[in-house]
Amino acid sequence: MNVIEIKNLHKTYNTSQVAVKAVNGIDLSISKGEFTAVVGPSGSGKTTFLNMVGGLDRPTSGEVFVDGVNIWELSSRKLIDFRLRNIGFVFQSYNLIPVFTAKENVEFIMQMQGWDAKKRFERTKKLMDEVGLGDRLSSRPGKLSGGQQQRVAVARALASKPKFILADEPTANLDSHSTENLLDIMERLNMEEEITFIFSTHDPRVMKKARRIVTIEDGKILSDERKEAEVAH
Amino acid sequence: MSAMQTNFKLAWRNLWRNKKRTLITLASIFFGVLIATVMSSMQEGSYTSMIQNIVKFYSGYIQIQHEDYWDNKTINNTFEPVDSIFETVESNELITNYAPRLESFALASSEALTRGSAVIGIDPEKENEITGLGKWVVEGEYLRADVDHVLVGSELAKYLELGVGDTLVLLSQGYHGVSAAGKYAISGLLRFPNPEMNKQSVYIPIRTAQQLYGAPNRLTSLALMVEDQYDLEKAIEGLRQKVGRPYVAMTWEEMHPELLQMVEADRAGAVVMKAILYILIGFGIFGTILMMVAERIREMGVMVAVGMQKTTLAMLLFIETILIGFMGVLAGFAGSVPVIAYYFNNPIKLTGDAAATMEEMGIEPYMYFSWMPSVFYNQVITIFVITAIIALYPIISALRLKVHMALHA
Repeated sequence: MNVIEIKNLHKTYNTSQVAVKAVNGIDLSISKGEFTAVVGPSGSGKTTFLNMVGGLDRPTSGEVFVDGVNIWELSSRKLIDFRLRNIGFVFQSYNLIPVFTAKENVEFIMQMQGWDAKKRFERTKKLMDEVGLGDRLSSRPGKLSGGQQQRVAVARALASKPKFILADEPTANLDSHSTENLLDIMERLNMEEEITFIFSTHDPRVMKKARRIVTIEDGKILSDERKEAEVAH
Repeated sequence: MSAMQTNFKLAWRNLWRNKKRTLITLASIFFGVLIATVMSSMQEGSYTSMIQNIVKFYSGYIQIQHEDYWDNKTINNTFEPVDSIFETVESNELITNYAPRLESFALASSEALTRGSAVIGIDPEKENEITGLGKWVVEGEYLRADVDHVLVGSELAKYLELGVGDTLVLLSQGYHGVSAAGKYAISGLLRFPNPEMNKQSVYIPIRTAQQLYGAPNRLTSLALMVEDQYDLEKAIEGLRQKVGRPYVAMTWEEMHPELLQMVEADRAGAVVMKAILYILIGFGIFGTILMMVAERIREMGVMVAVGMQKTTLAMLLFIETILIGFMGVLAGFAGSVPVIAYYFNNPIKLTGDAAATMEEMGIEPYMYFSWMPSVFYNQVITIFVITAIIALYPIISALRLKVHMALHA
């Protein structure tokens, strides 16, 4: 069952002199529980592509269906609400709210969804335990290492039980130990809870863990490889 | 915790992310509010004192007159008060006192000299309660209602070469043209702060004045006092409903439009000064908000990306802006209230030319302070309006946020 269906996606940036085609006709389907890395050189269009899939940047043309909903036909308010309830985000620079504690950062999403305090706390505690930070609930981001902050960000992305998680270069700012640790956590969550992950990355360690690698260049899909298939060959 | 509580918590913590900057902004609001509040209190205190002095001394807060008297102040436009007038006045809880008057003009003469004078027939006891006329007696005794004596302004007496115990002759035209003439012993001399009054005034018991002008039981006005000038509107409203033609109730504002204009003009001048002060403060707050928004564009992008509605984000930024103003106002009040409280109880005594000028105008030479609520709520409203206007910037920034661009800011 496809969680995401992308049809003929285009994005053109009109600068003062030329029109730059950042994404140039991408078709892609991603099934539930996939652990996909979108790779490609800088400027290849992978971040633009992920932004359009995540409902953050409107495509020039094409369609993105999430669970059958064409997200770019939604109004601005409904699209934000759709993101809140269906998509988790992990950013390269962690992007936690610095004035909130780790617990409050994770709870924040659930609160916007209207969860009651008790359920929020229980889920936050469970998620923070899962990412190995059950004892750092009261720490503010400034008191956590980069790896710890990114793990809180993963917990935050999982908080709303999203249909998939988009992670834009999640390991770019992490050392190798933190990267391994984070990838292990994400892989485990993917396996155990069947959460769909889509990464953009340059990091060979992420590519190694990914079970599907979509390579983009000049705004087009250059290759789409499934590792299971490789193994089967 | 509700979403609104979370927004408040978030706004509060955001304010203290950069403590120094917030404290500097708060300090600018603190000093602005302190100066504006103390200045307003001093102004309003001075106006109240001036109004009270003039109103108490001359007219009372309200006068009931014949409807034609104000435009044509002749003895022919007097009125004979009916019992219902007194009942109306006495039943109005906001009116604390009243005094009947019969005012006209006369030639005041001694044996060899004559000068025009203002003759004011009064109920000595009630007039003294309202205007404290007795305190201006510098020689002799105050009037008694049952004795046909007069009080004369000291300069008039000096001109006429008369003293206490001498006889003053008054010659005038009475009600409907009857001859008005009488001679009266001088019981005392008056020295007012206002020199013009010293040159013109003759006070006489009202019954004696009514006899002199052939106008028994007639009055030119019934002067009324209220406890607090801010009760005036209510008091006059009640009176106007019950006092019908040919009577009319007038406020001091209608009787002394020049005084009201002076106060309004002075207030307008102060408004300009305060406006300049608040504009400077406004730019200080705006600078802070500008920085707060600029350094948090990415964070704002993240919030909207993960599902916060832009309107909620705008509300959050609005709360932050208003909170700065609110805290600044509270700090300003914390500074100004003790100052105002002290000077309210210990008015500043003026000296030198300023004091002399005020005394000449019949105003006590003190700088009074006021506790009027408007002194305080005007600052709250002003700061709220300024911060609300400034808040438009973060609100617009939030509503126009491009998430994908903000995330890479």
